[in-house]
Amino acid sequence: MDYALIPEGRKRCPLWQFVLFIAVAGVVLLWGVYAMFLCWIKGLNQTNMNNAYGFALWIWADLAVIALGGGAFFSGFLKYIVGKDELKNLINYAVIIGFICYSSALLILAIDIGQPLRGWFIFWHANVHSMLTEVAFCLSVYFAVLTIEFIPLILENRQLDKVPFFHNLSHNMHHIMAVFAATGAFLSFFHQGSLGGVAGVLFGRPFGFREGVLIWPWTFFLFTWSAAACGPCFTILVTKITEAVTRKKLVKDNVIELLAKISGWMLLTYIIAKIIDTWYWAVVTAPEAGFTMMDFYTNNPLYGLWILFLEIVLGGVIPALILITPAGRKNKALLLTAAVLAVIGVCVNRWVMVLQVLAVPVMPFESWFMYSPSWQEVATTILPIAYGAILIAIAHRYLPIFPQEPELNPVEQQAG
Amino acid sequence: MFPFSFEWIWDMSHMVFHGGLWYALGIIGLGMTFCILKSVVDTLQGKGGDSHH
Repeated sequence: MDYALIPEGRKRCPLWQFVLFIAVAGVVLLWGVYAMFLCWIKGLNQTNMNNAYGFALWIWADLAVIALGGGAFFSGFLKYIVGKDELKNLINYAVIIGFICYSSALLILAIDIGQPLRGWFIFWHANVHSMLTEVAFCLSVYFAVLTIEFIPLILENRQLDKVPFFHNLSHNMHHIMAVFAATGAFLSFFHQGSLGGVAGVLFGRPFGFREGVLIWPWTFFLFTWSAAACGPCFTILVTKITEAVTRKKLVKDNVIELLAKISGWMLLTYIIAKIIDTWYWAVVTAPEAGFTMMDFYTNNPLYGLWILFLEIVLGGVIPALILITPAGRKNKALLLTAAVLAVIGVCVNRWVMVLQVLAVPVMPFESWFMYSPSWQEVATTILPIAYGAILIAIAHRYLPIFPQEPELNPVEQQAG
Repeated sequence: MFPFSFEWIWDMSHMVFHGGLWYALGIIGLGMTFCILKSVVDTLQGKGGDSHH
């Protein structure tokens, strides 16, 4: 039964190993599900959120996974709109990673809103003056797009593909995938941007506030830019982890190097823009509001200039310089280091724009607000990682995700 | 929200936000409808089977 579902020409680990992996990840998943039900049944008193932290660990995780899932929309944009055909060898995996990231983001939001049964209110009673409404619209619809992009891959399963209707449906969906990919890129541009816009329009919080163009603060563009730059790095990182776990080469180096090169140039241009933005904020925006830059990095137990260095230099400049250099991309250790640093950089950026913004005192008589998450918040944040590992394991075992896998790992046809 | 909902106002914000939403949903809906209908027709014509992409 198991063998009959495995794609032809691919070798997979023994069933017991696969089941053991799913069981271990399943325990972590169940821990998160238990915490999730605690939050739903007992309420948000299970969290350490308070009047200072209406946004907390979940929203950081949400913004981080959405940025990391940006590899799906940007790879789709490069393949279907720009015409980088080599990326067809990685696009399936980028879609699955994006699907996991966005479904996780929606799951976290379903816990965070406290009353998920009223989740549809944001569509029916929409506040059209809120950037978060636009985020909710685009996030939900883009998840639908990712699901549509995932369906043909599921239908390519060895057994499902034998059903003529499924075969035809998969074939026809592939034919118009460019339309869905273009829609996805359009939606992603706006929701990635609006997530940044939320912090940028907070004129009462000078740490987050930025000037901009028309209704969009600069953070709007920086968030989209950073997601397009770092999302592909996350795709590369997960691909490399998958290759290490399966002990197989799954994608040719030229494909990875192409994506790494594009990602590197995106990251370099992004980080230059980010440095200019930070400099302008430090010397113009913050002083105009009556602050010096160091007011935001002193007199508190956690946030110092180290976080700025971690985000911009370690998580931005260094990976960008590695990725734009041919020697850096070809060196496996350096490539992996750059991907890890870029992922850390974008995650730190989201942390700063969500949690440090809320930590900074608003009134002169207030102190810094510090926060540590409850175990329920931690468990529900780890939940998506376990869920992602399980979905990737199942998808890798039963679906032909990597078109180059049979060529890179030739196996003799087994009897069965 | 639709224009016939009691909360609806004919202003730029409502038109841009909901116009964008319906536009995207329209493309997705039409695209999937096309794929499903074409697949039904293809299947009835005997296409598909064990061939690969």
